Amino acid sequence: MKVGITKEIYPGECRVAATPETARRLIEKLGFEVLVETGAGEAASFDDERYREAGCTVLPEAGDIWHGSDIVLKVRSPEPKEVEQMRAGQTLVAFLAPAQNHDLLEQIAGQHASAIAVEAVPRISRAQKLDALSSMANIAGYRAVVEAAGQFGRFFTGQITAAGKVPPAKVLVIGAGVAGLAAIGTARGLGAIVRAFDVRPEVADQVKSMGAEFLMLDFPADEQGGTAGGYAKTMSKEFIDAEMALFAAQARDVDIIITTALIPGKPAPKLITREMVESMRPGSVIVDLAAEQGGNCEVTVPNEVIKHAGVFVVGYADLASRLAHTSSQLYGTNLYHLLDEMGGAEEFKLDMEDLVIRSATVVKDGEITWPPPPVSVSAAAPTPAATPPAAPAVAVERRFGWLDYALMLVAAALLIGVAMTRDRGFITDFTVFILACIIGWQVVWNVTASLHTPLMSVTNAISGIIIVGGMLQVGVDHLPAAILGAIAIFVATINISGGFLVTHRMLKMFRK
Amino acid sequence: MTGLFALPCCLIDSLPLASEPIELNESIATVCYIVAGVLFILSLGGLSHQTTARRGNLLGFFGMGLAIVATIFGVMVGGFATMTVAIVPAAIIGAVLAARVPMTGMPELVAMLHSFVGLAAVLVGISSHLRPGIPVPESEQLIHQIEIFVGVFIGAVTFTGSIIAFLKLRGTISGRPLTLPGRHLLNLVAVGLSIGLGVWYCRIDSVVDGLNPLLLMTGIASLIGIHLVMAIGGADMPVVVSMLNSYSGWAASAAGFMLKNHLLIVTGALVGSSGAILSYIMCAAMNRSFISVILGGFGTAGKGEAAEVDGTVKEFTVADTVDLLNEAQTIVIVPGYGMAVAQAQHSLAQVVQILIERGKEVRFAIHPVAGRLPGHMNVLLAEANVPYDIVLEMDEINEDMSATDAILVIGANDIVNPAALEDPNSPIAGMPVVEVWTAKTCVVMKRGMATGYAGVENPLFYKDNTFMLFGDAKKNVDAILRELQH
Repeated sequence: MKVGITKEIYPGECRVAATPETARRLIEKLGFEVLVETGAGEAASFDDERYREAGCTVLPEAGDIWHGSDIVLKVRSPEPKEVEQMRAGQTLVAFLAPAQNHDLLEQIAGQHASAIAVEAVPRISRAQKLDALSSMANIAGYRAVVEAAGQFGRFFTGQITAAGKVPPAKVLVIGAGVAGLAAIGTARGLGAIVRAFDVRPEVADQVKSMGAEFLMLDFPADEQGGTAGGYAKTMSKEFIDAEMALFAAQARDVDIIITTALIPGKPAPKLITREMVESMRPGSVIVDLAAEQGGNCEVTVPNEVIKHAGVFVVGYADLASRLAHTSSQLYGTNLYHLLDEMGGAEEFKLDMEDLVIRSATVVKDGEITWPPPPVSVSAAAPTPAATPPAAPAVAVERRFGWLDYALMLVAAALLIGVAMTRDRGFITDFTVFILACIIGWQVVWNVTASLHTPLMSVTNAISGIIIVGGMLQVGVDHLPAAILGAIAIFVATINISGGFLVTHRMLKMFRK
Repeated sequence: MTGLFALPCCLIDSLPLASEPIELNESIATVCYIVAGVLFILSLGGLSHQTTARRGNLLGFFGMGLAIVATIFGVMVGGFATMTVAIVPAAIIGAVLAARVPMTGMPELVAMLHSFVGLAAVLVGISSHLRPGIPVPESEQLIHQIEIFVGVFIGAVTFTGSIIAFLKLRGTISGRPLTLPGRHLLNLVAVGLSIGLGVWYCRIDSVVDGLNPLLLMTGIASLIGIHLVMAIGGADMPVVVSMLNSYSGWAASAAGFMLKNHLLIVTGALVGSSGAILSYIMCAAMNRSFISVILGGFGTAGKGEAAEVDGTVKEFTVADTVDLLNEAQTIVIVPGYGMAVAQAQHSLAQVVQILIERGKEVRFAIHPVAGRLPGHMNVLLAEANVPYDIVLEMDEINEDMSATDAILVIGANDIVNPAALEDPNSPIAGMPVVEVWTAKTCVVMKRGMATGYAGVENPLFYKDNTFMLFGDAKKNVDAILRELQH
């Protein structure tokens, strides 16, 4: 089986569908032969020589690739003149945007070929390693922050220097999908204060785990923004009004807005109006990741950076391509996993029973198989908070020194002394005393440190038990002795009532 | 748990032999004592967690009620009217005290209550000397005398020691340690004198003549108590208070020996060991031996020159602090005695609430000896409605410090001193401290640059990521609160 890698012909596209490294794995692990067009990796800084070193055959003409390969790997969807060169039984793998490109699918079908749209890979756990859309979104999110930083005239991080204080930049990220989360992480990494908004409340935990503040709408919670596919859906008018009010308020406060709001198969929702842009401070930056689908911002011009009322609006649609080296590497790896999933060179086939392959296959042997039956995805699990292991309460080095021997001697002498009394009553008392000390020792070690003060006041109250001594003495027929007993009762009672009540008062205050 | 079962057996063992049955009411009273003893144990056990603590206190209360009722009906021989006259006003006084004391005044109240137990022990001892409440057979005369003597001694030390602790905590007398020349010798002489008096006391049979050595010893023991606590400085008070707590237990136990009352012995022993453990925990938290704390005069014996600290101190304004809090995602607050003095905990709790509402992670780190009483900070924060699950112990939170964006140190000094870990010659070397300097930024709220109780310079203040916010803690926290509320 031969896999062909052509040079991308779309203007400005720098990515390539296989890097020397992923090509090597296709050859060595999966047993494919790999044909590479001359200069295919040049824009992403992979030269032909390295492809040859990896074991690829480098051919000068794109036509040779199309003609000689069983599978063609591409990044962008093919131009009509490329499709014309496809032959029957050939399989094309690329971003095809099947929902928007019905004509293209028909053209491929007309060639009796097959096509796999990588963005149609379902978002299920098993398919994560071949989810090229997420790979690219991650890169776009990162790059969006880098682009913003390039336009923005200030630090991202707040600093207190000898020359004065610099406040940190405030970044608003709209849409907390893969791109949004990557943007949040990158902006946090640069030290900015990051806020994020998403119509799906279930992503709040993910947003917080990346270190951003999740902006909530004061809106009835029953309107959920998530769909079975894990993407956002179109919201009601009331919801959008509330959302727009929030953005308007935020626009006046933040320095940078990064929008990543896309609804699959629909034009991007307009979230940032012209007025909002104009309300931003001069020098602020908007990066619109939805530029290709029309933009989330009203003033966005696709593929350009414009300055509107002093605000830079970045409309690059090719952010992933602007980080071609990494995005080629990730995309190539996704495709490697895809071909692995399809059986490698030996057992390569479009298995329509396999859920992942079924969903991604848009044309099979001249028949359009788009759209696939729906797949349901559960909401992402929240990231568990790390709980630090409980450390032992006290750690003191223990040495067995002279003091310990002295104490043991004293204890032995004491015990001998007790034995010498030959007093049945006293020895019984002593036994009770020692055992009670040990119980006290055992019980009190379990007391939590935060309750040491209540422990003290409750033991105080309990030691008021000496009232019993006073009660025994108050009844004797000796007036001074009885009076002393009465005074003892008096002070011990203060102890009892004061101690228990103040403990009660204290414990009542402890709340979770 | 074997002890739990052994205990009732011993109580029964001590009853006279079955051949000469005791009165039924006395028998029932003894059984009630067993129940009361078990209730006290369960009461202390209940304090092991906040959720069971209130029940624990209630069990203790029932135990006490049961003990008193059993004593009235089973053991007392007379004086019921006098007893009632003594109990009723005292119960009211105690209740009023308990209701009125502010939480910052807890250390004083606890110290005062300790002194009452000591006083009661002295009174019971002397009274028992004058006329034993229960008959003492001729053969047990000597042991009874020793019991009285020891009981009165412990009681007197507890009594005066607690009063001095009370006055020191109140600020009536200075918290500085009083270091008389040859003070250890002084104590030794006083103890030796007491033992001599004890020997004299045991040789006298006459009740009236015996009073002389007994009262003389009471005086000397009182002086020991005063001197002992005078020599200990203000920040060692957690140890002193828990030590006195322990003593008050031993005093009650001694009274139990002299009155042949097992409930007193058991309860006293429980309280005594509880106080001893608390003292031990407090000492461990300062990396000092119990003996060195008790002997007092801290800070006079340095092992070498402590490292010099130099550098500049960077100051923060309230606005800077608010900015920092706004930017930070994780915040840890380290309170100390200064927070209690300034009464800043209520405003602080509101600040914390606002920060939490803004989605920040705010926690408290409590050093075991912060404040003047074990667990003092926890009580103050609980009073201010801070939920107890964000109030963590030093050991629980120290390793998270480096991942913390902002630390607020409020009125604490020695417990956040890096010299304890970094400078082997520092007087506080080896003391576990809250490692606030590993966090990204640390703000220290302090009245001025004065050293803490240990008299040690704090290199923390000169660290690059430390900023000082000078002024009264309460005023500053109030100002922060106002800024945050905007």
